[in-house]
Amino acid sequence: MLKDQTLTEAYTTPGRHREVGLSDEQALEMYKKMVLARTIDERVWTLGRMGKVHFVLTSAGHEAAQVGAAFALRPGYDWILPYYRDLALVLTLGLTPYEIMVNFLGRRDDPCSRGRQMPVHWSARRLNIVSGSSPVGTQVPHAAGVALACKLRREDRVTFVSFGEGATSTGDWHEGMNFAGIHQLPVIFFCENNGYAISVPYHKQVACDNVADRAPAYRMAGVVVDGMDPIATYAVVKAAVDRAERGEGPTLIEAKTYRLTPHSSADDDRTYRSREEVEAWRRRDPIVLFKKYLMASGLLDEELDRQIHAQALAEVDEATDRAEACPYPDISELYTHVYAGS
Amino acid sequence: MAVKTLIEAIRDALFEEMRRDPTVIVLGEDVGYRGGVFRATEGLLQEFGAERVIDTPLAESAIVGIAIGAAVNGFRPVAEIQFADFIVPAIDQIANEAARLRYRSAGEWWCPLVIRAPFGGGVHGGLYHSQSVEAYFTHVPGLKVVVPSSPYDAKGLLKAAIRDDDPVLYFEHKKAYRLVKGEVPEGDYIVPIGPAKVARPGRHLTVIAYGLMTTYALEAAERAAAEGIDVEVVDLLTLYPPDKKTILESVKKTSRALVVYEDNLTGGFGAEIAAIIAEEAFPYLDAPVMRLAGPDVPAMPYAAPLEEVFMVNPEKILAKIRQLAAY
Repeated sequence: MLKDQTLTEAYTTPGRHREVGLSDEQALEMYKKMVLARTIDERVWTLGRMGKVHFVLTSAGHEAAQVGAAFALRPGYDWILPYYRDLALVLTLGLTPYEIMVNFLGRRDDPCSRGRQMPVHWSARRLNIVSGSSPVGTQVPHAAGVALACKLRREDRVTFVSFGEGATSTGDWHEGMNFAGIHQLPVIFFCENNGYAISVPYHKQVACDNVADRAPAYRMAGVVVDGMDPIATYAVVKAAVDRAERGEGPTLIEAKTYRLTPHSSADDDRTYRSREEVEAWRRRDPIVLFKKYLMASGLLDEELDRQIHAQALAEVDEATDRAEACPYPDISELYTHVYAGS
Repeated sequence: MAVKTLIEAIRDALFEEMRRDPTVIVLGEDVGYRGGVFRATEGLLQEFGAERVIDTPLAESAIVGIAIGAAVNGFRPVAEIQFADFIVPAIDQIANEAARLRYRSAGEWWCPLVIRAPFGGGVHGGLYHSQSVEAYFTHVPGLKVVVPSSPYDAKGLLKAAIRDDDPVLYFEHKKAYRLVKGEVPEGDYIVPIGPAKVARPGRHLTVIAYGLMTTYALEAAERAAAEGIDVEVVDLLTLYPPDKKTILESVKKTSRALVVYEDNLTGGFGAEIAAIIAEEAFPYLDAPVMRLAGPDVPAMPYAAPLEEVFMVNPEKILAKIRQLAAY
């Protein structure tokens, strides 16, 4: 069992979403996004096994953290520098199931890179989602620079940058955190700590108990939150947005979560995680927990839940069919966008 | 027209561009209160304030990474790497991030960013204050790499780099900073990124160089002229993407080519120039393409006699010119 992640039964008490400023409709909408993300997730694993998608890496287990965070952000206004695990985040912010599906298939309509990058390297200019590379951590100084620009223009936009706990070992992470702290920039550093960087466990990655414990060294607030709980995550991200808007600087949020699948389609997690551990965490599947919460809050019953799942499946079916019909980029595109005007 | 040093021309360009465009910001180690360890940014802080002239922590990857972020969000940062030798920790941000951003997003994102870095030896800088690092970057599509040799070109090229919508590495030879002087017009003009220049026309052979090596090649050419050898000097200015046309036109005319660079011989940027000539002008050649460069040892030593052996100088260029002319 993981020492560092808490397998607690504790969860937000029913009705709590109203106290943090979310309507019943918003709480239910959160659930729909989580279910839709999971449905896309399962579909792309299937397409991977069929040989249609060459690389699968998804957000299963992280949906509550990502959807909770996304609800606290303003799509197309705030700046987002995500990492590869953030399917549910970018879906909630506005990438459509079709756009996500063409991204996995590497087709011409892929909004992130027109089939250049591997899947899950999210990017969308209309949503201020900035393109990133595969080595996570490199986007952390970018986030500090984006936020510096906002501050110089006296804008109240917030920059949200996410990463796993593995990335917090990089030099770029420290350098970006340090600069944001020195200049008290409006940045939210969002660590999705799922206990493993591929196979390397938390205790071989980070010397202190929590990633968030490092925040005071950068003169910023540090918050640990249950990343299986979208309401709790929403509340801390919203507080960080408000803090940034008030000019009170950056926040480091650590959402404790768990990856329910292998790292990617190229990974076999049986080589480093016991099945007992994974099964224990499946009982804290954020979708299962949130369903219980919504039922206890009187917002969901089995019939509505069936409808939500059926609706998600229909949307994903439609997106898959359209995406498979989308052509690959023309081979002449290999040579375009090297420089401006090319 | 005023005669200025190379570093004065660079400073003029920074002042003029920051006055012209409020989105131009300068960041790096010691660029603010100190005005740069070479004083290239002297006075900028006083005129433009600490928001636009930013003293950064001692972290090259952050300097470039933060500049990328600011560039993505509407600014035109000019980042200074204090010595080119220190750019290595930032290579990931330069080559993997800045250079690939436009390509990897199929044109949705880009970063108009200049990275200035003093390079080169002959200043008793030892291993870590003397390096020529351009070859790390002339292999990376998406980057532009420029090296001015004259003050006139330094000012015009820096202005062009700042206005360019792609990341530009701008290498300044630190020995040339105050050694090289020339006429620099007041006010605005551009030296475009891309074209090389024929710095001295000649008939018998072509010397291709950049940075301080152009200055030394011109000096060697003058002395060769006294011996009856008429040398053409091509000043590359932009290393990447290379101006093949100017190089090949010159070599096709003279039929002999010497490539001079200060970096280690093997795999230095001059090797690429030699390959271009060999591949595309072979029938025109009367002699093998020759190279004159630093030796293949890790870097330039501090002790004066050792440094002298490492450095290319006008005498060594002249000797090589004689050898090529006699072939």
